[in-house]
Amino acid sequence: MSKKRIVVVGNGMVGHNFINTLVTSDHASEFDIITFAEEDRLAYDRVQLSKYFSGSSADDLALTTEAEYQSQGVIYTLNDKVVEIDSHAKTITTASGRKEGYDKLVLATGSFPFVPPIPGKDQDHCLVYRTIEDLENIEASAKVSKTGVVVGGGLLGLEAANALKEAGLETHVVEFAPRLMAVQLDEGGGKLLRRKIEDLGVQVHVEKNTKEIVAGEECRYRMNFADGSFLETDMILFSAGIRPQDELARQFGLDIGERGGIVVNDYCQTSNDDIYAIGECALWDNKIYGLVAPGYQMAKVAFNHIVDSLITHQEPALAFQGADMSTKLKLLGVEVASIGDAHGHTAGSQSYVFNDDIAEVYKRLIVSADGKKLLGAVLVGDSEAYGTLLQLMLNDMDIPGNPASLILPASDGAEPVGLGVSALPETAQICSCYDVTKGDISKAVQGGCCTMPDIKGETKATSGCGGCTALVKQVMDAEMEALGMEVNTDICEHFSYTRRELADVIRVKGYSTFAEVLANEGNGGCGCEICKPAIGSILASFNNEYVLKDEHIGLQDTNDIFLGNMQKDGTYSVVPRVPGGEITPEGLIAIGEVAKEFDLYTKITGGQRIDLFGAQLHELPTIWEKLIDAGFETGHAYGKSLRTVKSCVGSTWCRYGVLDSVSMAIALENRYKGLRAPHKIKFAVSGCTRECAEAQSKDIGVIATETGWNLYVCGNGGMRPRHADLFATDLDDETLVKYIDRVLMFYVRTADRLQRTSVWMENMEGGLDYLKDVVINDSLDICEDLERGMTRVVGAYQCEWKTTVNNPERLKRFQHFINADEEDKNLFYVRERGQRRPATEAERIELVELASNPVAGGE
Amino acid sequence: MTNVCALTDIAPDTGVCALHEGEQVALFRIGNTEQVFAVSNYDPFGKANVMSRGLIGTKGDRYMVASPLYKQHYDLATGECFEDENIKLKTWTVQVKDGRVELV
Repeated sequence: MSKKRIVVVGNGMVGHNFINTLVTSDHASEFDIITFAEEDRLAYDRVQLSKYFSGSSADDLALTTEAEYQSQGVIYTLNDKVVEIDSHAKTITTASGRKEGYDKLVLATGSFPFVPPIPGKDQDHCLVYRTIEDLENIEASAKVSKTGVVVGGGLLGLEAANALKEAGLETHVVEFAPRLMAVQLDEGGGKLLRRKIEDLGVQVHVEKNTKEIVAGEECRYRMNFADGSFLETDMILFSAGIRPQDELARQFGLDIGERGGIVVNDYCQTSNDDIYAIGECALWDNKIYGLVAPGYQMAKVAFNHIVDSLITHQEPALAFQGADMSTKLKLLGVEVASIGDAHGHTAGSQSYVFNDDIAEVYKRLIVSADGKKLLGAVLVGDSEAYGTLLQLMLNDMDIPGNPASLILPASDGAEPVGLGVSALPETAQICSCYDVTKGDISKAVQGGCCTMPDIKGETKATSGCGGCTALVKQVMDAEMEALGMEVNTDICEHFSYTRRELADVIRVKGYSTFAEVLANEGNGGCGCEICKPAIGSILASFNNEYVLKDEHIGLQDTNDIFLGNMQKDGTYSVVPRVPGGEITPEGLIAIGEVAKEFDLYTKITGGQRIDLFGAQLHELPTIWEKLIDAGFETGHAYGKSLRTVKSCVGSTWCRYGVLDSVSMAIALENRYKGLRAPHKIKFAVSGCTRECAEAQSKDIGVIATETGWNLYVCGNGGMRPRHADLFATDLDDETLVKYIDRVLMFYVRTADRLQRTSVWMENMEGGLDYLKDVVINDSLDICEDLERGMTRVVGAYQCEWKTTVNNPERLKRFQHFINADEEDKNLFYVRERGQRRPATEAERIELVELASNPVAGGE
Repeated sequence: MTNVCALTDIAPDTGVCALHEGEQVALFRIGNTEQVFAVSNYDPFGKANVMSRGLIGTKGDRYMVASPLYKQHYDLATGECFEDENIKLKTWTVQVKDGRVELV
């Protein structure tokens, strides 16, 4: 049987999802698939578009690559728009004149931004926000602008406002309606959202109808409003809604809705049976769905219908039945969620409202006339209840107990009222991006998945927007419990102990090598990549011996074993210690010289030091010899150990500093450098309460006051930020160090494997008060022992790189081949912004070709 | 047969990389013994020549190496990937003779 030919017009998120569904299906081999993209790149994540301004590149946003399409056999053409459909001959023609036949045509042309017909709207700095190209234009315009206005206070408009704010512009939002996000939010929610956004420095103007855009006096433009007021701005971003891109369908005779949109039936077929429309260009039941989840659902329905009609000749099994438009997101850092009938349009509906002006939280529930069912909700400032509420509504479940308790804050000590996941039906959709039900997750657990990555790999749940993560975890835990699976706390198959128990055993019995621990406490076998580094770390925390000693070298993980941070291509980054972030000009020059000599990519780290990337294994010893000669020591950036002590400039220079934060930071860094721990440890010291060193986001934070040091503990930045807890106030230098000694040693002894201090604190029974009791009041009578332990570690410090470069036997390992002087030939680099970086997959292919087929000279 | 290095060039429970007939081979020595395994040095997931720098150990009664990049596990004897049955590292036979490591 010859292959069926599918042409997909448009390579946006939904078009790509359709292609992906096809190429990963059992029927992939029965189709040829061809797609045309109007833009000059393949599909990317438009939902995350605003990340482009916070550092994501176009590559980060990409949903696929040309190489991936090639390997999947997808034929694609960029930069070429389909301009003609001949539905009789079943062919399409593109702008460049290319003609392709099809068995089935799928229109996924998406939408375009609506720009209101305002005189003056077509000037240079009047832009829209939809594609990466738009973003590039916005970026360019922002560089020559001081003030920016977003026209439209909807979801996308506020995201665009965030982008302008991130670009450093004075940002305004102009909205025609009386409130922000009028579609999703009620009056109370819109009001609070406005207040919060204005607190962030974005000015909001509602009920403004722009009459014209003319030349400004202070700024580039002036927007004159119908009420006689005006606003001056250097640039204008239109985000006043979207319109379905239905031009092609309209031109070639497909049915179009009164207000636009390609009319489709429940199988996403247009008025021509062989032409489908999916995503934002499709009009189903007179509705356009401007979210990605319904678009993906349409892609699935259309694909199934195509298979049913062309291949299996079955009755269609899957139909599009509309989609829930509930949404949860973070706009300019404000949590906002809207569920179902957010405006209470349902006849007889009643509502519950919770409004906390102090904490800036607004929640409203819309319930049925009998108070039993949830119809909708608006959440602003705190959207934690979203998952629970959404499930209640989607599954038409009875509200458990008093509806008000769903939005009231939990009183002290009480668990917040949630919905037991066991109450959810098997069909409850948990992940809407990939349509994963509770039943799917349960099945995955029954099939052996017992971690979140397992579940993600098996079902794809949580890999879209990630909003369902908490719920997925609950379903997984509940299912595991139901199956009687015990959560095993053994560190791995080789030891029936937790890390904490291992640390106790090693300390009490005085073991000094892994071999001893394994022989006396292990379950047989040789150990593995879990227990070896864990025990290696425990031994180092107590004894602080050279980690590359014969007895210890086999325990060291990826980074420690070569005292460098392995990067994606197998090269290393090098970080010399810069205590307190203080560095002499000579030191800077020395680092610069090394970086230059070895052509290392150089970047300033968040911990006030300098990271040098791209060093090959055999280069490490020479690099370190030079750094050590210049007076540097290893920075332990590779270790689960003390990283940096960040500091502000303190009282020595700053007009506001009250204590010498730099000297304290240097003293602390030099005291604790080389301390290995269950996870990395970061410190900061601020010279006054302005807190420029951001000490409250560190494991150990120290802040100067007029009356001494304040000590904060167990803070964290990163993926799950946690503010450090105030542990003790007004300390002198000596007491400060004593308390830090004790806290750190207690952490080293009792924390779990790879557990940061923040999680350690959160899991500690008795919490902060307990830790204070142990460290300040010595309630366990161990403080002397803890201090002794720390004194031992501090006394045993050595710069591991210094030891290594002085040890010819050890240096042998620092070469790529044990039997040849050659380098790894698999490394490829390109230059970007004046420095070297690893080549991407595509660039690498080009470089390899270039190397094997040098361009021939003319003959 | 290639004589690649001395047994003592491989510290106990670690790996090194050898160049053998144009290919990169990761050699691992189990403890302080003469037992040495050889698998391809190329990490198929990380797409880099790094396997010799992985941590070795056991999973059940099989000797394994964990990729230093993304921690997939491979059987040292067969090269099989524990996480993905479609992936297999090439393996070589190793002989240790008179304190020298030879690849067949």
